[in-house]
Amino acid sequence: MSKIKYINRRDFLKFLGAGATAVATSCITPPKKNNPNAVSNREITGEMTYRTNPSTGDKVSLLGYGCMRLPTVSTDSVREGADEINQEAVNRLVDYAIEHGVNLFDTSPAYCKGLSERAMGIALSRHPRESYFLSTKLSNFSKITWSRENSLQMYHNSFKELQTDYIDYMLLHGIGIYDADDSDGLDAMATYRARYVDNGVLDFLLEERNAGRIRNLGFSYHGDVKVFDYLLSLHDEIKWNFALIQLNYVDWKHAKEVNEKNTNAEYLYGELRKRGIPAMVMEPLLGGRLAALNGGLVTKMKQRRPEDSVASWAFRFAGTHEEVLTVLSGMTYMEHLHDNLVTYSPLQPLSDDEFAFLEDMAQLILKFPTVPCTNCKYCMPCPYGIDIPSIFTHYNKCVNDGNVVNGKDDSEYALARRAFLIGYDRTVPKLRQADHCICCGACISHCPQQIDIPTELRKINDYAESLKRNP
Amino acid sequence: MLKILRVTFAIISIVAITLLFLDFTGVAQGWFGWLARVQFIPALLSLNVIAILSLIIVTLLFGRVYCSVICPLGVLQDVVNNVRGWIGKKKKRQNRFKYSKPQTWLRLAVMTLFIAMIIMGVANVVMTSLASFIEPYSVYGRIASSLYSPLYDTGNNLLADYAESQGSYDYYHVETYTSMPVMIVAVVSLLVVSVMAWLGGRVYCNTICPVGTILGYLSRYSLLKPVIDTTKCNGCRKCERNCKATCIDAKNHNIDYTRCVVCMNCIGKCSTGAISYTYRRPKSSVKVVKVAVDKDLNEDRRNFFTIGAMVTAISVAKATDKTIDGGLAPIVAKAEPQRAVRIVPPGAISLSNFESHCTACQLCITACPNGVLRPSTALSTFMQPVVGYENGYCRPECVKCSSVCPVGAIKPISVADKSAIQIGRAVVRLDACIVSSEGKKCGNCVRNCPSKAITMAPKNPNNIASNMMPVVNEAKCIGCGACEYLCPVRPLSAIYIEGNHVHKTI
Repeated sequence: MSKIKYINRRDFLKFLGAGATAVATSCITPPKKNNPNAVSNREITGEMTYRTNPSTGDKVSLLGYGCMRLPTVSTDSVREGADEINQEAVNRLVDYAIEHGVNLFDTSPAYCKGLSERAMGIALSRHPRESYFLSTKLSNFSKITWSRENSLQMYHNSFKELQTDYIDYMLLHGIGIYDADDSDGLDAMATYRARYVDNGVLDFLLEERNAGRIRNLGFSYHGDVKVFDYLLSLHDEIKWNFALIQLNYVDWKHAKEVNEKNTNAEYLYGELRKRGIPAMVMEPLLGGRLAALNGGLVTKMKQRRPEDSVASWAFRFAGTHEEVLTVLSGMTYMEHLHDNLVTYSPLQPLSDDEFAFLEDMAQLILKFPTVPCTNCKYCMPCPYGIDIPSIFTHYNKCVNDGNVVNGKDDSEYALARRAFLIGYDRTVPKLRQADHCICCGACISHCPQQIDIPTELRKINDYAESLKRNP
Repeated sequence: MLKILRVTFAIISIVAITLLFLDFTGVAQGWFGWLARVQFIPALLSLNVIAILSLIIVTLLFGRVYCSVICPLGVLQDVVNNVRGWIGKKKKRQNRFKYSKPQTWLRLAVMTLFIAMIIMGVANVVMTSLASFIEPYSVYGRIASSLYSPLYDTGNNLLADYAESQGSYDYYHVETYTSMPVMIVAVVSLLVVSVMAWLGGRVYCNTICPVGTILGYLSRYSLLKPVIDTTKCNGCRKCERNCKATCIDAKNHNIDYTRCVVCMNCIGKCSTGAISYTYRRPKSSVKVVKVAVDKDLNEDRRNFFTIGAMVTAISVAKATDKTIDGGLAPIVAKAEPQRAVRIVPPGAISLSNFESHCTACQLCITACPNGVLRPSTALSTFMQPVVGYENGYCRPECVKCSSVCPVGAIKPISVADKSAIQIGRAVVRLDACIVSSEGKKCGNCVRNCPSKAITMAPKNPNNIASNMMPVVNEAKCIGCGACEYLCPVRPLSAIYIEGNHVHKTI
């Protein structure tokens, strides 16, 4: 693990000293909330940039609203708390988004513990149906939903929850994902067939498209690229209206470096472009990881565009590609929404020089030994109660803050140790920490980033153990 | 002057000893740990010759300063006494003491019984356990650990919440594990001692406390003691009326030195300067001054300190635990297995050594950072610490309990020593193990065993494809409980620790 310097936190810790029994000196520490880099003070100056869908002529806003991380009553993302979705906050966000030109909302029957579609139905039905495009998915991941009957039930339920009689964008969800430990030994292709072909669901969806209840049919892809290539080979026959791919400045050329099993976005986008299939983009920010960079990288970005947020670089990267129809962002907070609206109203495309700069940044980011988790929580709930994404989030934060150190010889060892261990107990309850992972591997097949979760958890546990044993 | 000195040292001493039970960072232990070790009975039990000799010499020189300054329970009674002095009608609260006859037989009987129980404790644990009910240091320890400590931790956790909101790592959450039986004992002890102090001053110290009796008879021969100069005495009896040990017989100018705790209150009260703390013996009275009727006693300003008020206002509160997130699978709490032999911490040497020394002061329990030590509820070892692994395990880098024990029940050990002390060994319940019975992947006990004592092996030696099972090499196991704590099988783990009667070196 490489050693990274990030002075701010260190300095005030030094200043404060470490005595836990001392008086409440912490009142002099500056407030620190969420991620300050994601917030922008800029104003929305112009009009939203729109892209045209060649098959239907839809004018789609470049910023699409991802509905996977809706706010809860406790103001945190719904998948982080036991609380209900904060419908009022969702309504406010939707109103603000529509008011400022956002017209595509992307959800799924699986999101937010299955509550996302209903919340979006409530919020969106307050607006005229023609003022927005609805995008949802057939999320029949679980084996019990593979039957035609159960898949169609899921499909029809989406209409009910979203309070609509047509879906603008319908996706086969997560093709390429499969369970390597599957008892029937199904690989990615076999899993795809079982979910959509053998049960006739794809044929059914094509009929629905002909009937006009689905205006655009596409698929979202993670995992085994064979399935992606196969579906594109069927393009002449099926006429995909769009496809949803993961695209950002790290995955553009380096997806394979992050994980052997992943595919570079450059290839995916190129294949779609060759066939004239518009690309929907997901994970433009890698679940916020590209907004929470190490301090040194933040400085480099701010030096170039002091007014712009760190997140705006990632959004400009995704949006600059002409064949991108819309960039989905899962915006939990008004600040996120506002910042993204500023970035895309209108889009200022990246220059060649800026492309090269982001490529340099990507290479620097790869040097940080962070876990490529986007906090999507597909792996949850872990049957043994481990809070996987929170463990990774804590670890990544410590890596970026320079609180992951090589050994006792490091001059900052004591402070880094304290920050890591105390922060660990704060973020993750003891019984949900990595030492309780039994490496059953149930999570692996669910991870869209193909992270070998048990191995990563074990590494983090080994690190925590080494800190605990060497005070 | 002497009284101010006494009060100053007493405050420092009680605050320091209380901190030993409250401070979970180990800082107080580093500074004041010796204060627990010089407590009379702990020093006696741990055969701490230097401490005992020092205490005896101090008593022979200055009288029972131990009872006034070093003993936290004694100081606590003074606090209660002071509070009593502020409350109620002036007539009732001032000059309220009166000489009482010594309860010599009761004192000697209790002391003899106590010593007998300690000696018998070597053979019979119940005796040590019973003796610890009246042992002053342990009584105070239980009050501090089960009554003050939850309050202290709650305060700390509030600070930790605030620190977290400010992104600071200066404070962190601690979990308080409270035991109802110990808390009840602590509340009852506190009530009994307080009521006795409220009504009769140092009556506990001078009738029940075995340490008070031992030191009392020693202090009879002390070099310095308060002496009444009968030539100066005007017989006002102010000294007697303010003696919380009720040991001054002003009428006869007699002081019962077995009960005097050299608090120096009488010296300050005497308006004629007839009492002095001196090596001179009382002169035979030439002329006995008639005892005056109590009247017109000046209202002396009491030396007060406000900590006392807080002591009575103890309530037990606990910060509410964070509720579990909805997206997370519920976790069933672990249950304690029925162990044939209970587990005592490394350094205890053996169950019998441990049980015959431990006075159940709770110091190790409050010091344990891993939630492993808790008071026993078994009758024979009531309130003595016992090891359990539901909330954590006995971590390899920690030797805190052994470093704080003042009575020698847990002898000091180093981290290196600990890695070779077997306090128990792991026992596998194969029918419950998910690897063995269901063929699932796990091996968490193997991965987390600090002494690499567990391996996975095929159940059928002739078929490597058969289900695996954890196998314990008992020669390497130290009984730390990592396997039991981290076993995914709940509530009863599929692997648990069985205690050793005698700890072994491996």
